[in-house]
Amino acid sequence: MTTSTMTKRAAKFAIIALAAASLTACASRPKPEAVGPTPPPPPPPASQPGTPPPPVSQGALPGTQQDFVINVGDRVYFDFDSYSVRGDAAQILEAQAAWLNRYPAVMIRIEGNADERGTREYNLALGARRANAVRDFLVARGVSSSRINTVSYGKERPIDPGTSEDAYQRNRNAHTAITSGAN
Amino acid sequence: MRLRTLFVALTAALLSAATLASPARAQIEVDVNRGDIQPLPVAVPAFTGERGAEIAQVITSNLERSGLFRPIDPAAFIERDLDIRYQPRFAEWKTINAQGLVNGEVTVDATGRLTVNFRLWDVFSEQQLLGMQFTSTSENWRRVAHKISDAVYERLTGEKGYFDTRVVFVAESGGRVDRVKRLAIMDQDGANPSYLTDGSYIVMTPRFSSTSQEITYMALRPDGSSIYLFNLETGRREALGNFSGMVFAPRFSHDGSKVAFSVERGGNTDVHVMDLRSRSTSRLTSDPSIDTSPSFSPDGARITFNSDRGGSPQIYVMNADGSGAMRVSRGGGRYMTPVWSPTGEFIAFTKQAGGQFHIGVMRPDGSGERLLTTSYLDEGPTWAPNGRVLMFSRETPGGPSRLWSVDVTGRVVRPAPYPQSGSDPAWSPLLN
Repeated sequence: MTTSTMTKRAAKFAIIALAAASLTACASRPKPEAVGPTPPPPPPPASQPGTPPPPVSQGALPGTQQDFVINVGDRVYFDFDSYSVRGDAAQILEAQAAWLNRYPAVMIRIEGNADERGTREYNLALGARRANAVRDFLVARGVSSSRINTVSYGKERPIDPGTSEDAYQRNRNAHTAITSGAN
Repeated sequence: MRLRTLFVALTAALLSAATLASPARAQIEVDVNRGDIQPLPVAVPAFTGERGAEIAQVITSNLERSGLFRPIDPAAFIERDLDIRYQPRFAEWKTINAQGLVNGEVTVDATGRLTVNFRLWDVFSEQQLLGMQFTSTSENWRRVAHKISDAVYERLTGEKGYFDTRVVFVAESGGRVDRVKRLAIMDQDGANPSYLTDGSYIVMTPRFSSTSQEITYMALRPDGSSIYLFNLETGRREALGNFSGMVFAPRFSHDGSKVAFSVERGGNTDVHVMDLRSRSTSRLTSDPSIDTSPSFSPDGARITFNSDRGGSPQIYVMNADGSGAMRVSRGGGRYMTPVWSPTGEFIAFTKQAGGQFHIGVMRPDGSGERLLTTSYLDEGPTWAPNGRVLMFSRETPGGPSRLWSVDVTGRVVRPAPYPQSGSDPAWSPLLN
């Protein structure tokens, strides 16, 4: 066997190998993307190592139920055996009305509650009065009545299990629950 | 005849309770409030035969709970071989001062039929006061014991008994802020409790028909409330009407033909009535106040209800067509849940005054008010069918609600024989 024959054979083998290699490459490797210039390295940290990173503030997304509960307030309170809207309640209800007018798809249920210092039946009626007082307030500020349902839980759903005056006060409330339409 | 003492004492007590209304005779009030009825000592030895000891025990407990009788400890008994066919040895019962003696015999035949013969004796006059026989299936032995209790009670007091009855109520579980409330029923002595709803929604204020084994109650869900009729014999349950606002506080008329209830619309609560046959509804009050907790007089002619039309919750009485409403509660404080007694004689109520709650009774014109209980929270009286005992709910501060009972003189206040948490009891009529 001559050297030239050897070379030819080697070349032939090399071509086959190359073809195989390129076939393999075509089947498995994506077309390379154009790569931009390498970005400069980040500047060295300005502060001492070990200092905690700056705080990340969080908040409710506007229009969500959390937004309503945290930033507006979903509960207003009443005096004993009363359903008149107090000054502190009016502030919250103004904000509820403004929020509800901003998000007109939101539907709500107003739940009237009473403390345990009354009978079951009378307190159902009293809770209904409270729910309706809140409803009337919101409707007077432009919230469509078709978006509002009311229910009274009487003294059946206290939020505070205590038996102090403070606990009774917390349990005399109207709760605005979002039933649908929040973001 | 020493048993006369009990008749006389009871009659005197009832008369004086009844005459309290008249201020001119108010001195009799002292007698009742002193509680001068001495419970009558009775002996109820174990009946002979199958279930005999248990039957005697049920009778003993019934009589004891009424507060009118003091059962003697069987350990003190001298005569131990009583036989229903022979007279007791009276001298031996006199020795332990048993004034009444109940003895009996149980037999069960091959088919499982239970027969109970019993006699009631006046020990000191050595006379038989009752000799009766009851038959039933053997598994129904508790009811037989209740029927015997009623017979003894009626013979010795002159009034109908109330032991062969049931109580529907709300069984409570869970915490104070997430209470689970299930409709439940039990015998008046706490036996055979069972649930009628599953607790997935709130139920309250069940009431028995006084003519049938039917109840009405209210269910409360987030989307509103409804009132139901529930036949305990057939298990049939149906919603009554379809109202846009809250509907609550249902209660049968005494003849069972109507249900009165409250409907709330736009914050205003009024009393309505439904004829159960025609299902037609009419509105009885139209005041812009809370008008609720209606209860018919036994003759159906009048309705007592709770209204705050005068500024605070008070008790009113009107004609059954809604006309002529007049306030009857007179004292200071807040008056709620009026319930007409089965005899027509009294209206029982819940009163809130001075930081306390009371169960009380008054005459239907508001006179003769007497407070029977005092506690942190007593509420919602229901009458035993003989008008002699009331059951109600009691809560201690922060504690669970329990069922309690009090007799109409206020002398016997005690927990009802239901060991768990419950509220809103309603007494059945005597079973047939």
